[in-house]
Amino acid sequence: MTLGWPLLSLTIFLPLLGAIALLFIRGTEETVARNARYTALWVSGFTFVLSLAIWANFDYANAGFQLVERQEWLPGTGIAYHLGVDGISMWFVLLSTFLTPICVLASWEAIQKRVKEYMIAFLLLETMMVGMFASLDMVMFYIFFEAVLIPMFLIIGVWGGPRRIYASFKFFLYTLLGSVLMLVALLVMYGKAGTTDIPTLMQFGFDPKLQIWLWLAFFASFAVKVPMYPVHTWLPDAHVEAPTAGSVILAGVLLKMGGYGFLRFSLPMFPDASVYFSPLIFWMSVGAVVITSLIALVQQDMKKLIAYSSIAHMGFVTAGIFAGTHQGVAGSIVQMLSHGLVSGALFLCVGVVYDRMHTREIARYGGVVARMPKYAVVFMLMTMASVGLPGTSGFVGEFLILVGAYQHSTWLALGLALGMVLGPAYMLLLYRKVVFGKLTREDLKSIKDLNLREVAVFAPLVVLVLWMGIYPSTFTAPIEASVSALVENYQAAAAAGAEGASALAAR
Amino acid sequence: MTLESMAPALPEIWLAFSVMALMMVGVFAKPAGAHKLVSILACCVLVVAGLLVLYVGGERQVAFGGMFLVDAFGQYMKILVLLGALLTLIIGKRFVLAEKMDRFEYPILILFSVTGMLLMISANDLMSLYVGLELQSLALYVIAAFQRDTLRSTEAGLKYFVLGALSSGMLLYGCSMIYGFTGTTSFDGLSAAFDGDIQASLGVVVGIVFLAAGLAFKVSAVPFHMWTPDVYEGAPTPVTAFFAVAPKIAAIALFVRTLIGPFGDLVAEWQQIIVLVSIASMLLGSFAAIAQNNIKRLMAYSSIGHIGYALIGLAAGNEEGVSGVLIYMAIYLFMNVGTFACILAMRRNGRGVEQVSDLAGLSRHNPLMALALLVFMFSMAGVPPMAGFFSKFYIFMAAVNSGLVPLAIVGALASVVSAFYYLRIVKVMYFDEPADKFEGTSLGLRIVLSGTALVTLLFFLAPALVLDPATAAAAALFG
Repeated sequence: MTLGWPLLSLTIFLPLLGAIALLFIRGTEETVARNARYTALWVSGFTFVLSLAIWANFDYANAGFQLVERQEWLPGTGIAYHLGVDGISMWFVLLSTFLTPICVLASWEAIQKRVKEYMIAFLLLETMMVGMFASLDMVMFYIFFEAVLIPMFLIIGVWGGPRRIYASFKFFLYTLLGSVLMLVALLVMYGKAGTTDIPTLMQFGFDPKLQIWLWLAFFASFAVKVPMYPVHTWLPDAHVEAPTAGSVILAGVLLKMGGYGFLRFSLPMFPDASVYFSPLIFWMSVGAVVITSLIALVQQDMKKLIAYSSIAHMGFVTAGIFAGTHQGVAGSIVQMLSHGLVSGALFLCVGVVYDRMHTREIARYGGVVARMPKYAVVFMLMTMASVGLPGTSGFVGEFLILVGAYQHSTWLALGLALGMVLGPAYMLLLYRKVVFGKLTREDLKSIKDLNLREVAVFAPLVVLVLWMGIYPSTFTAPIEASVSALVENYQAAAAAGAEGASALAAR
Repeated sequence: MTLESMAPALPEIWLAFSVMALMMVGVFAKPAGAHKLVSILACCVLVVAGLLVLYVGGERQVAFGGMFLVDAFGQYMKILVLLGALLTLIIGKRFVLAEKMDRFEYPILILFSVTGMLLMISANDLMSLYVGLELQSLALYVIAAFQRDTLRSTEAGLKYFVLGALSSGMLLYGCSMIYGFTGTTSFDGLSAAFDGDIQASLGVVVGIVFLAAGLAFKVSAVPFHMWTPDVYEGAPTPVTAFFAVAPKIAAIALFVRTLIGPFGDLVAEWQQIIVLVSIASMLLGSFAAIAQNNIKRLMAYSSIGHIGYALIGLAAGNEEGVSGVLIYMAIYLFMNVGTFACILAMRRNGRGVEQVSDLAGLSRHNPLMALALLVFMFSMAGVPPMAGFFSKFYIFMAAVNSGLVPLAIVGALASVVSAFYYLRIVKVMYFDEPADKFEGTSLGLRIVLSGTALVTLLFFLAPALVLDPATAAAAALFG
């Protein structure tokens, strides 16, 4: 069904229109809150449906960019309003539009003050996220990439926990510091290539010496976003203080911006530098997987534990990307999608009990299975998906990454496999302490199971996690062509680079 | 001299005559209504002057024996100055009444200084440069001390006068050195003298250094910034708002015109000075503002930082850099007028309050004003999609393209530091528990506030509106 509509623009700006409409809601606090909730849900739900049309119109065989829109924007610079998706970005667009209505629904009762502003912030966030994944111009990409910080800063700062101010400032300044270096690198690239058009820049071929510097500048930005150990310290703070839905978006989409950045910029535009720095990435990734898993083992706070597990899972992703093999790259994309669903669901699981008990301390729980059987099932499924049990989405991604890593180096695969052992350790520990055991606490004895709204929140996540685990082809098929093209170019450039290096050495 | 040959100076002539007429109006009108009448007339005079600037056009025209020059660059800057003066007059209205500053001399002094600024922008000779600068400065010294019964305002005026006189002295000394070693004061003559790769003599270099020092004082760039925080804090708030925009823009215009015009071929001689001044201003503006609790003082450091960024474009020394400066100043104008509109609206119990903490919880009882201030703060921090991002973007682009990558990196890092204190204002407004409400504001202020906020927020929709004139203006300077 090609209607010739600017599908991507519609998907990007529909939430923005919704946010503007929300600005004009008037009335008593009660009605404003109710109308804001419903408007946000309808707008984000409709945006998701609209984004499904992107999938429907997506040509699996085409490795290039599709649904392209282009409009001149900044005069005299060639910087354009340029949109498009390929196999790599298409799923991330859908992930963003999928998680936003879930977040709105999850905040239905948890957010009671300043509901209107909250929903506006989430719709703005959706616009920024989708815009970022669909941008085909570096300047546009940068604008969306940075603009995400504004609504997220407000979400953490206004609706967050007790240390929200510290966490929001740390989040904002940390990520801004990384990004401004990318801005300078972006301008250097513009100076060299005379364009900021991403597809053109992918073919440009920068001087290998310059690539090193550019790669480092982009790395500063993406490594903070991913986040890679040791620049991860903003993440546990931000996660713990953010409201549940904020954590879901943070883990589900914002972390993926880093991984996506590596795939979109570092690998295709600076292949020589990527090869040069890949050992560094591997060390950092394996270090992140092992160290943060160990840190997660000793956490007292449920959200903090899941936050550290996110860092470990993203360590897999970065290792898979820079392994530079087909399985590694495809696996890292699947892993990012899976992690977006699973970690989002896990944060929602924490949110469910937090809404009832107002504490996230693991020791305050125990034996909730007796009172909350439905909750226990969902939580278990997500725990299993998080540790990569076959049949769940987590397995597909981790397995592909391990295959890819093994093709590159046995030691890398071994290091990552360590993480696969440590992952279950902390996740199962968490699950046992919260769900199993004796129900001894008085206040837990009256805790209620999932209500209809919460079931509605979890149901789509459960379906997708199983779907991705049982029939992954649905998700890997569209990315095949683009990943093949990316990996081929990367390996060709890497081989050429190696030849050049040996020729240089021979001289 | 025929009458037609004076046509390029029409806006300035109009301003000068109307100011004198307004003085008569002020004296002969009933004392009770004099201020109001003169204020309204002053706004009209500014609007007509703006139209005359447009009427005269951006073609290169010279008048008064080469002393006075009109071109697209001057036209662009004059419009900004006039706009800044007009908007600050509007937003200051209620404050001026409430603080008993409603004497008719206030708008007249502003108009005098605006006349001086337009002359500065059009200066094509070291003599006319100095005359314009002094006309502007003398009027500014007086309005800084306009609340003559308060200690702080008088102190601000005095400080500004003493340091301003010192800087004028330096500037004049620089001019005399340049004259002594080249034998001409005309910009065209100087430009011809340094054409090609003629080595500048040491005397000329010393002269340029003094000239640059004097101008750096006027734009409040480090290390000549010391007066700024005290004057900003002490001067009545509407005056501070005016100081933050119009004289800054005029002085930057003068800075660009002097260094690029007559000394354009000596870029190697003055580039290091500007680079150094720019880095120092950006760093000081970012770090010193962190500790400020008075919002006017904070804005003073913020403006020092912004001037540092604008000077990056000048340091690039090419057409791209200059157009970056022009874009920067236009966006700076809107952000600053808007922010000062918010500061002027900070009134409780009949008194203006100026602590950052007084904004606590503003998002609760005045969501629109809080939203506007949020837009300005993120814009000043250079976070996209606000206009402030684009101004920094063009400046950095110019720096990178002319090989000043380290300068761009320092600027980018300084912008992260400065983001901290801009965020602090957002935090106070949105995260903190509400303090008492502010009093109502005048309609004019609300219109200016929402207008500037919309321009800052929606700049990305039609960037060409600013970019095209700025590019044309920069091209005129190099043409």
